[in-house]
Amino acid sequence: MREHRFHAAMPRKDRKSISGPTALPFKKPIEDVRSRLEELEELAGQTTHDLSEELAFYRDRLERLTQEIYGELTPWNRVQVARHPNRPLTSDFVEHLCADFVELHGDGYYGDDRAILTGLATIYGEKVLLVGHRKGKSTKERLACHFGSAHPEGYRKALRKMRLGERLGLPIVCLVNTPGAYPGVGAEERGQARAIAENIFEMFEIRTQIIVVVIGEGGSGGALGIAVGDHIAMMENSWYSVISPEGCASILWRSADGKEQAAEALKLTAQDMQGLGLVDEILPEPVGGAHADPRTAMNGVGEAIAARIQALRSVPLDELLEARYQKFRRIAQLEQAIQAEAEKAANTGPREVLGDSDESPDLIPEGRKGVPPRRTPGSPRGRRL
Amino acid sequence: MGWGLRRKKKDMPGGLWTKCKGCSAMIYTKEFAQNAHVCPKCGFHHTINARTRIEITADPGTFAEKFTDLRPRDRLGFVDKEPYAEKIENAQKKTGQNDACIAGTCEIEGIPVVLAVLDFSFMGGSMGEIVGEKLACAIELAEANRVPVIIFSASGGARMHEGAISLMQMAKTCAALNHYRNRGGVSISVLTNPTTGGVTASFASVCDFLIAEPKALIGFAGPRVIQNTIRQELPEGFQRSEFLLEKGQIDSIIDRHALRGQIATILRYTPQGRDYPKPKTATAES
Ligand SMILES: [Zn+2]
Repeated sequence: MREHRFHAAMPRKDRKSISGPTALPFKKPIEDVRSRLEELEELAGQTTHDLSEELAFYRDRLERLTQEIYGELTPWNRVQVARHPNRPLTSDFVEHLCADFVELHGDGYYGDDRAILTGLATIYGEKVLLVGHRKGKSTKERLACHFGSAHPEGYRKALRKMRLGERLGLPIVCLVNTPGAYPGVGAEERGQARAIAENIFEMFEIRTQIIVVVIGEGGSGGALGIAVGDHIAMMENSWYSVISPEGCASILWRSADGKEQAAEALKLTAQDMQGLGLVDEILPEPVGGAHADPRTAMNGVGEAIAARIQALRSVPLDELLEARYQKFRRIAQLEQAIQAEAEKAANTGPREVLGDSDESPDLIPEGRKGVPPRRTPGSPRGRRL
Repeated sequence: MGWGLRRKKKDMPGGLWTKCKGCSAMIYTKEFAQNAHVCPKCGFHHTINARTRIEITADPGTFAEKFTDLRPRDRLGFVDKEPYAEKIENAQKKTGQNDACIAGTCEIEGIPVVLAVLDFSFMGGSMGEIVGEKLACAIELAEANRVPVIIFSASGGARMHEGAISLMQMAKTCAALNHYRNRGGVSISVLTNPTTGGVTASFASVCDFLIAEPKALIGFAGPRVIQNTIRQELPEGFQRSEFLLEKGQIDSIIDRHALRGQIATILRYTPQGRDYPKPKTATAES
């Protein structure tokens, strides 16, 4: 059953035409050679002529062409690959990669947002709490998932399950794949902005390892709402930015036609993101993109997740949370910011030295020393204000 | 108040008269400014720049600006119709500021605080690296000085021209606020017209107190984007302060004239402000 369902979503051998939603214009030369090769293979089965030389030629050509074309994809091409209908989605990762998956529904307040999938999962032997944007496969599913655009209840569900993972001592794995959070009346009524903000805020104090992998689209706050963590990875052909290229183009170029320029300008590819110091790792995809060989692509991601969890497990939780805080506090920081730090230190002077002591500074009146820290006992953040 | 007379003067050259965005009445600009840019006729709260906000919020002469050395730069080489670097320069010339946030220390009715204000007149108050950094530094300054932090927002959201760097400012500011809160810090967020996008979806929504000015547009997605998605008319008053209050998203709506006094009152309930007595001459209604 599992195998069957999985294959149903994969490219079929008999699908010769590349029209329809799976067609990527830049892939046309590859598809041309592939169909010539397939014709030859068919012919080889019917004739006694030795076609091995021709076959070898086309096979070699196909491989080189694929490598060539995928070696120089433009940022917009990457966006197209990231959205390819045959690209493995969160639900594919669950089916292919996760043993003993137990889906956990609902935010406990309002509803069960299909656009975010949460549950218990075992990835390469590692028991984790999985959170991922769900885009859906069939048209019906895609509509139910709003094409991966979550509502506030989706973010609240994610947070509630992450808190559960924390209590159970399970590492959290977040698979990011969204064009952005859903822009709608209900979403606004129920506090879309606040739900995302609270997730970002709370994820800084979740006391377990958090691994984030952008597997397709990392669209804006909708992505970041489940993307604060200790290790941030992007698949080779995924994108991550403050806005989608189309959204950016419609605002700055006043037309969706500017999307290719916008994709270029936003520096949204995994390679650019790593160059800016915004992500930790790029997970390579098979030649031709993850959709060309989803199993290999997903295996690579699964292995990387398990390896990162194992590495992070040796870090004491207090240190882990401090590092998570520092990672985002100093993210892509400029030298001039360090000047501001110096200015701040100069302004605050001896108070910095007071550090963890409970000495009352002159700005806090006497008798105000006993402010209880908000956090639970055992928190490393017990220092009082 | 001779409203009839004013209407006759509608065609006076610009500057002397200001048209209200709420009721379209023409208001004598000087009177408008004296009324903190609130329409005396309909009460519409117009967007004000950061300097004006500081002036009407801080005790006179107490504001000391910090982090003035932080300057934006075009790290992506972003070009749309004009290069981002030029946009920055133009905005700096127009506003006389380095970027869209002013932060510093001050007193409010004698209570020491850190105050950070977004300036809508600088590229729509958008949050790029410098706005995010300044806010984080301001929150850290409040933590080091052990005083409350008050943040006024007026912003279109994250600044696209800085790509994912601006997106990460959402995480940075939340990280700083989380650090601060877990050490007993108290924060007040004041949402003013308009506050949307990545600003609403980060620091502005996770402070201890969420206060809005009347009829401010506050939301995640802009109304136009929502309209394009759902293709129907938006409900009356959608995404306005009163709508958010009704939906349980904010703590209170406070009139601009009462804001300073109400902030001080709230501060006197916090550990850092509890022992500051109410000043004898109430300045809130001045
Ligand atoms: Zn008016």
